[in-house]
Amino acid sequence: MFVSGLPEKQGLYDPANEHDNCGIGFVANIKNHKSHEIVRQGLTVLENLTHRGAAGADPLTGDGAGILIQLPHRFFQEECQILGIKLPKEENYGVGIIFLPQEESARSACENAVVDLVKKEGQRFLGWRDLPTDNSVLSKAVRDIEPYIRQAFIGRGKACLDTDAFERKLFVIRKQAHKLVREKELSGEESFYIPTLSARTICFKGMMLAARVASYFKDLTDERVESALALVHQRFSTNTFPSWELSQPLRFLCHNGEINTLRGNINWMAARRHSMKSEFLGNDLQKLWPLIADGNSDSATFDNALELLLAGGYSLAHAMMLMIPEAWNDNPLMDKERRAFYEYHAALMEPWDGPAAVAFTNGRQIGATLDRNGLRPARYVVTVDGLVVMGSEVGVLDIPDDKIVQKWRLQPGKMFLIDLEEGRIIDDLELKTELAKAHPYQTWLNQTQIIIEDLATVAEPIAPNHQTILDRQQAFGYTQEDIKFFLLPMATSGQDPVGSMGRDIPHAVLSDRPKLLYDYFKQSFAQVTNPPIDPIREELVMSLVSLIGPRPNLLGLDSGGNHMRLEVRQPILSNSDLEKIRHIQDGAESFKSTTLDICYPTSDGADGMKSKIENLCQEAKTSVLNGYNILILSDRSINEENVAIPALLATSAVHHHLIREGLRTDTGLVIETGEARQVHDFCLLAGYGAEAINPYLAFDTITEFANQLPERSSVSELNANYIKALDKGILKVMSKMGISTYQSYCGAQIFDAIGLSSEFVEKYFTKTASAIEGVGLREIAGEMIERHGRAYGDDHVLRDDLDVGGELAYRIRGEEHMWTPETISRLQHSARMNSREIYDEYSAEMNDQSRKLKNLRGLFKFKFDDHQIPIEEVEPASEIVKRFVTGAMSFGSISFEAHTNLAIAMNRIGGKSNTGEGGEQAERYKTLANGDTMRSAIKQVASGRFGVTTEYLRNADEIQIKMAQGAKPGEGGQLPGHKVDNIIAEVRYSTPGVGLISPPPHHDIYSIEDLAQLIHDLKNVNPNARISVKLVSIVGVGTIAAGVSKAHADHVLISGAEGGTGASPITSILHAGAPWEIGLAETHQTLVINKLRGRICVQTDGGIRTGRDVAIAAMLGADEYGIATASLIASGCIMMRKCHLNTCPVGIATQDPDLRKKFKGQPEHVINYMFFVAEEVREIMAELGFPSINKMIGRSDKLEMTKAIEHWKAKGIDLSRLLYKPDMGPNVAIYNSEKQDHGLKNALDNILIKKANPALEKGRPVKIEMSFQNINRTVGAMLSGEVAERYGHAGLPDDTIFIKGKGSGGQSFGAFLSKGITIELEGDTNDYVGKGLSGGHLIVYPPKETPIKAEDNIVIGNVALYGATAGECYFRGVAGERFAVRNSGAIAVVEGVGDHCCEYMTGGVVVVLGATGRNFAAGMSGGIAYVLDEKEDFDVRCNLAMVELENISDEGNLKQKADGESLGLYDLMYDMNEHDQSRLKILIEYHMHFTDSSRARHILENWDNFLPKFIKVMPVDFRRALLEMREPVKDDQELIDGTVAGE
Amino acid sequence: MGKPTGFMEFDLKDRDYGPVIERVQHYNEFVIPLPPDELIKQSARCMDCGIPYCHQGCPVDNIIPDWNDLVYRSEFKKAAEVLHSTNNFPEFTGRICPAPCEEACTLNIDDNPVAIKTIECSIIDRAWDEDWVKPEINLNKTRKSIAVIGSGPAGMACAQQLARAGHTVKLYEKNKKIGGLLRYGIPDFKMEKHLIDRRVEQMTAEGVTMKTGINVGVAVKVNELMKGFDAVVLTGGAETPRELSVPGRNSDGIELAMDFLSQQNRRVSYEEINCTKEILANDKDVIVIGGGDTGSDCVGTSFRHGAKSVTQLEILSKPPEKVEKGLTWPNWPMKLRTSSSHEEGAIRDWSVTTKKFEVEDGKVVSLIIKRVDWAQNNNGSVDLIEVEGTEERLPTDLVLLAMGFVHPTHQGMVADLGVVLDDRGNVKANTIEYQTSMPGVFCAGDMRRGQSLVVWAIREGRQCAHAVDKFLMGRSNLPR
Repeated sequence: MFVSGLPEKQGLYDPANEHDNCGIGFVANIKNHKSHEIVRQGLTVLENLTHRGAAGADPLTGDGAGILIQLPHRFFQEECQILGIKLPKEENYGVGIIFLPQEESARSACENAVVDLVKKEGQRFLGWRDLPTDNSVLSKAVRDIEPYIRQAFIGRGKACLDTDAFERKLFVIRKQAHKLVREKELSGEESFYIPTLSARTICFKGMMLAARVASYFKDLTDERVESALALVHQRFSTNTFPSWELSQPLRFLCHNGEINTLRGNINWMAARRHSMKSEFLGNDLQKLWPLIADGNSDSATFDNALELLLAGGYSLAHAMMLMIPEAWNDNPLMDKERRAFYEYHAALMEPWDGPAAVAFTNGRQIGATLDRNGLRPARYVVTVDGLVVMGSEVGVLDIPDDKIVQKWRLQPGKMFLIDLEEGRIIDDLELKTELAKAHPYQTWLNQTQIIIEDLATVAEPIAPNHQTILDRQQAFGYTQEDIKFFLLPMATSGQDPVGSMGRDIPHAVLSDRPKLLYDYFKQSFAQVTNPPIDPIREELVMSLVSLIGPRPNLLGLDSGGNHMRLEVRQPILSNSDLEKIRHIQDGAESFKSTTLDICYPTSDGADGMKSKIENLCQEAKTSVLNGYNILILSDRSINEENVAIPALLATSAVHHHLIREGLRTDTGLVIETGEARQVHDFCLLAGYGAEAINPYLAFDTITEFANQLPERSSVSELNANYIKALDKGILKVMSKMGISTYQSYCGAQIFDAIGLSSEFVEKYFTKTASAIEGVGLREIAGEMIERHGRAYGDDHVLRDDLDVGGELAYRIRGEEHMWTPETISRLQHSARMNSREIYDEYSAEMNDQSRKLKNLRGLFKFKFDDHQIPIEEVEPASEIVKRFVTGAMSFGSISFEAHTNLAIAMNRIGGKSNTGEGGEQAERYKTLANGDTMRSAIKQVASGRFGVTTEYLRNADEIQIKMAQGAKPGEGGQLPGHKVDNIIAEVRYSTPGVGLISPPPHHDIYSIEDLAQLIHDLKNVNPNARISVKLVSIVGVGTIAAGVSKAHADHVLISGAEGGTGASPITSILHAGAPWEIGLAETHQTLVINKLRGRICVQTDGGIRTGRDVAIAAMLGADEYGIATASLIASGCIMMRKCHLNTCPVGIATQDPDLRKKFKGQPEHVINYMFFVAEEVREIMAELGFPSINKMIGRSDKLEMTKAIEHWKAKGIDLSRLLYKPDMGPNVAIYNSEKQDHGLKNALDNILIKKANPALEKGRPVKIEMSFQNINRTVGAMLSGEVAERYGHAGLPDDTIFIKGKGSGGQSFGAFLSKGITIELEGDTNDYVGKGLSGGHLIVYPPKETPIKAEDNIVIGNVALYGATAGECYFRGVAGERFAVRNSGAIAVVEGVGDHCCEYMTGGVVVVLGATGRNFAAGMSGGIAYVLDEKEDFDVRCNLAMVELENISDEGNLKQKADGESLGLYDLMYDMNEHDQSRLKILIEYHMHFTDSSRARHILENWDNFLPKFIKVMPVDFRRALLEMREPVKDDQELIDGTVAGE
Repeated sequence: MGKPTGFMEFDLKDRDYGPVIERVQHYNEFVIPLPPDELIKQSARCMDCGIPYCHQGCPVDNIIPDWNDLVYRSEFKKAAEVLHSTNNFPEFTGRICPAPCEEACTLNIDDNPVAIKTIECSIIDRAWDEDWVKPEINLNKTRKSIAVIGSGPAGMACAQQLARAGHTVKLYEKNKKIGGLLRYGIPDFKMEKHLIDRRVEQMTAEGVTMKTGINVGVAVKVNELMKGFDAVVLTGGAETPRELSVPGRNSDGIELAMDFLSQQNRRVSYEEINCTKEILANDKDVIVIGGGDTGSDCVGTSFRHGAKSVTQLEILSKPPEKVEKGLTWPNWPMKLRTSSSHEEGAIRDWSVTTKKFEVEDGKVVSLIIKRVDWAQNNNGSVDLIEVEGTEERLPTDLVLLAMGFVHPTHQGMVADLGVVLDDRGNVKANTIEYQTSMPGVFCAGDMRRGQSLVVWAIREGRQCAHAVDKFLMGRSNLPR
């Protein structure tokens, strides 16, 4: 299908899972002066973005790169003359670049198809030109699939009145050409692809390294090739398979980002097919389908949709605003007209949601926009000569500083556009104001918008009697746990409930109990290629607004204001809201709703469901055709005689049926169901098309319980709380995938099926991934019937009670668990007595699943044949245990005793323990008297960066970047203040008693190239440590892992979704992610197919408990094995599942001093257990004939599925895809046997270290001068590692190593800078300045010769000082988004910041001498900020959830430090409740001193005028904690010493 | 869970006993129930464990955390319902169960378990007091009839469950009253017998016909009886006592514990004693051979008779007073257990074997004991070794043999039926189908599993009822 070497779908590998991220940029001359210089500059930009791309197994095979320019008319005229083609005037002909098959007859067939189409569409075919190329720059693999590239010249036909019409025609021709060639199935058709066919633009792209684009396409170096713009793109894809067409730029844009809602967007586009009409395209519209080819990348899909909008008459800017809207609801700073514009357009199209920087052009305009949350960088520079350079990084083109008039960045949701014909830049404000005023959007809204919540209340049904409710509850499978853990807590607290430890119950398909259909689906989530969102702290980008009902014609540009719309503010309908919809026709004539019953006679049995669904779909279709534009699917008629179709099945079946019929956008879909009750259920209904849901039985249940609750609340309050909890939960699930609006989540199908047959899935849940097959409609219906029978039968246990459930806690008559009283006590007794005999009983119990199936590996069988070897020939257990690690558990989630016990045990046997997120006390780095050490070999780097200092990283054998956690992938965490005692505060660099928040994403990893950057940063700090990336198993994780390998990680952990947790929403524990078997097998297969397996070590965890588990993990492809919960159990854990309550009765998951005393674990217990496991592995190895683990890795051919599966559900499972063994020949490694090349040799720090030698060795001050470029990444980190190695966190005296530089600093400039190092930079820098700053100083100011005003221009990029623990920074100029995010101790002065400044900050001081963006101080629990609020609107920009705003007090002066000399060094951190005036003034003075800031000078000169305009941002918790710490009063000397701890 | 931190705030406080000096004067129960506020505190100690180990400990699968929580919230009625959902007779177990649940309780890692048994007992006592316990009458009759033979706890539970499933049930008992060893073995001071009577009343209302005074296999031939029923359940207990074959055994003053206890129980309830001689311990030096619960009951009864001294002997070595919890919990550990009867003044001795009885005038006057050692042998089991030269003489007037039971009585019913026995002489049946080698004949309780606890008998009775129901109807809604 593509010009690509993408392998076929095989095993678990599926090319559909590929992701890409990248670097983008453009160069343009505002005045539309075409020149070859622009092309040359474009190519330079491309080259300087090389590090944002990647190379595969073969270093010559880039992931693709390209350049798009205006048609070089002069060049073509001259070239065509030679070929005898006579070109018409500029814009009257189009040029296509066409990839063709190499083979001649196939090629001419394709060519003929194009020529025929051109004629058929009334245009003139002028001729062909062979594109001169040099394929010596390609790698062998790419040469094999190199297309034959020709240019086609097409003259405008008479029927096309202007170039716009001609462009539309060329679009129609191109679409049909692709379709025609595909349909003809010509040989070599997969090579056929038309990158561009336009009268305005032309694109040169292919599978080459960025630097080779110009060498390959010889035209590009021809001086006659001129353009006023050049759009460039460097791709980083997760695979290594060359794909010419997935290179960018695409026809209109290049895209750095990811569309999270892609499947939904594609479905909705398809759904519109019949309702779409265009006056511009007319009948041609029908020729464009399929508009979106399956298997395209998300960027290409986006481009397809954009192209349609443009052809349909939208302007470029208008279309971009429609597809990537700003966050408009609840934005008090947005003007009303713009808001109305967005609100109006929300009904037209769901957002294409996800992180995105898009640069776009149609040849006449060029511009760029950013997603609503600003999750991709985009910087630009404007010169005095009218040149604009935009790119993912600044410094990509060397421009003399004196020529620059503006340096800025794209801000979240903002756009900027250069109109080449008008010859000017149109900024966001002008652009959008103009579009917003173009039509009376607010008036249209007023006329057409109905908000359900605001409609008059109608009578609602009263709750039925107890018996009816009970029967219904039982029929819908309610359990006691639903009440106890979900409904009641939700109704009383309004929160989605939290639990702890992992899931150890069987998958739905393995369970003996009838399960709900919801249980067969797993939530997908974002990792690496896109970030999850924090729906609480970044609520401003989230929206639950749902529009119910028919959507307007997307291309009906002139039909504004005619279309009525029905809106709900959030999608959970109360009974009263549902009745309003049911009777909507009474009040709003445009709407007609009808209720479709999804119940059918019980007597029809399980077999009756199929025909009922068919009837339902037909009924839905007929209703829509009869003018009903809201369908309510309802199971309210359930009773003894009528059984319900699972609501999810009914919803999805109808949704997909209507999509296929092209009718879906003609109607709304509302679900009235007794079945949905947990957050997961609602998410699934939404994900498969429900626009609003009424859970009537949940409300009835709450109503029944209302009067039994200890705190009396009214039923309506309880119901409102329940809805609130669901809303929060849904937001969290959406944000896990990085989706911010319900509208785009609806129908987006962000789920994988586990245990459903692909036939069933394809029919009712079309395009949902299903890895292992399983049950179909028969069994699903059977489960429903069984439940129904029990509900309405005379079951004694259910007579007056619900089923116990037993999923969240072990219960008699409940679900099966792996961890039972028997398994736990046997494991503990064996470990304590060192009894292999009792261990054998334990492992037999765990491994034997002949009676009860509990997990996927229970279905595997070893293929023992006669290859067994004597056990003596198998490598010793002492070697095997070195491959074992314990899990990442933070000191904070578990006690000191438990944490160090694991560390000592693993260090003794040469395995590894893991710090978890939360730092480690420096004392633990020392060896104890008995030779033991409590140092964790693995240091985790999680999103909170707690305690991640240079010293910490330096003391690691492995540094693990935690992208996700099995129990709660895509979510952050929170450590409540009462758990933060003195020691925990110390290791986390925070304040005792102040709560700590871990953000859901790493704010320096929004994409794969960002991850590559962080890997590079960490490797610089500690070149001896392995860099590991922890991922969570899910369908598609294999391709992510391949990307991780290309990003140069040494190690990847595929964590099963069943792993434990100290606290996590129960929704996530049970329903997010997949078991490790699936993710591991996919990862191994994908890495092998990519030839990347050898260079990366693969580890797996998430429920490994026995030697058999280890052996299977090895055979599915793991080099190493994580055993977390079981090692805790060996230490005494008894699975109380109360970790989140701090009441652990065995002293593990608690910080309570009394409870900690109850910890009885010994290192020996853990060691005994580890050796038992290893010995069990050895025995299996001997029987299988493997002398070493390496020989066993990836040998899935020695596993088979148990044949005798009789289980009524499990018998449909097919694990052959897990067992697939790719055949790549003997030369492709299948276990970790090579090393990554991190490219550290080229690091600038090598020079710095050499020059700083006197300081490092003798502590003598040194001064170094340097110049920097954007390609010099992570400057200072390796040097800092050397300092920390010798001097620890205390470092050297300030300024001992003083580096003075000039130029543009690359990414992560000054990252992890140790104390004693100062970098002063004259120039600017990119993202992540001062990341993890550990005491060093950073000073950045614009070059002296630049004419720009520093305070109005950007000087540093996004996400500065992320996770900084100490140090000082002075930035003269404006910083990007998320300045000082998660700062826990650094002091910084800056002259303006973007959105989310000081987010999650826990310590330090930030001074902002200028404007701020929105959402300042979100989640800020500690430290302080001073903001100069000249516009007096800071209170609107600040997130006041955790902080208060104060005026600057003037009580007392700060103490001068003992060693303070000329400048006067002050203790700036001293009692931050007071001394504000003195502190602020000193900091501004420092700022002026270090950066020569005119802004600072002006403020100081007018101090009395400015002082009242400063606002202090003070976290409420922090103030309280500081006051508590003040007592008892200490003497002065102590205070000065004490505060040094902050550094 | 009532209170997440309850276990950290409140210490274990269990029911007290009435003072020894008073309680040995009568045969009534002497346990003092906890006051309601204390009870709530005790229930708050339950941690609602992620894995409730008490589940594993409890043979009847009591849903302990749930009713602890209900008690904490003072919802006694609901608590009683939950309790009854797994246990037909919680007032029995609430009094006389050794409470393996408490051994398995997570808090017992620190010797400080939740007072589960006390809470159980208080729930059901309250339920009776409030008149919440009603007959559960099933109006949908199945027209199947079942004979349950033996009315101990297994038979009672089985009969009650089967009646509730709509079957016609007849419960046969050889003695005058229903209850088996519950009534005739367990002294009143541990469980008063009116508790059984009201259950009998409830069961009668539910449709169980009580056929007392009919010794099946003796008075009625079992084969005859079977003709009238669709199924027969054997719940006749394990009544054959373990004997002590040493010289002098047949002398006067050497009696079987069960004879001694049942006489006394009849005496207390004014039932005719119905035997040739009365066994009384007043003013005697009593020696009880056998260190188990029956022995302990003999101790308490002897004190109430007014014995001069009571000595209890055990052949096994003295178990430790404290065990290494890390190696035993949550299992039932071998440790020294002291009953209320022991506290009434008994002398206890361990690691002794009885060599012979010395007899004067046909009447026992003393017995010769000898110390023993237990040594591990190569097969992994332990051997008994008598320690030479350790013989001692213990003077006595009354010796009570309480060394347990070996298997059911074979003579009569079991032999007549000809059902297959297991290696130990119990009736063979598994715990899924509970069916003996004869189709339609089921067996549960001690008769199947050998001598055991009341709580096991209830469990088996319930599970057997499920199996019978399924056998008769093809499916069963009775909870196992």
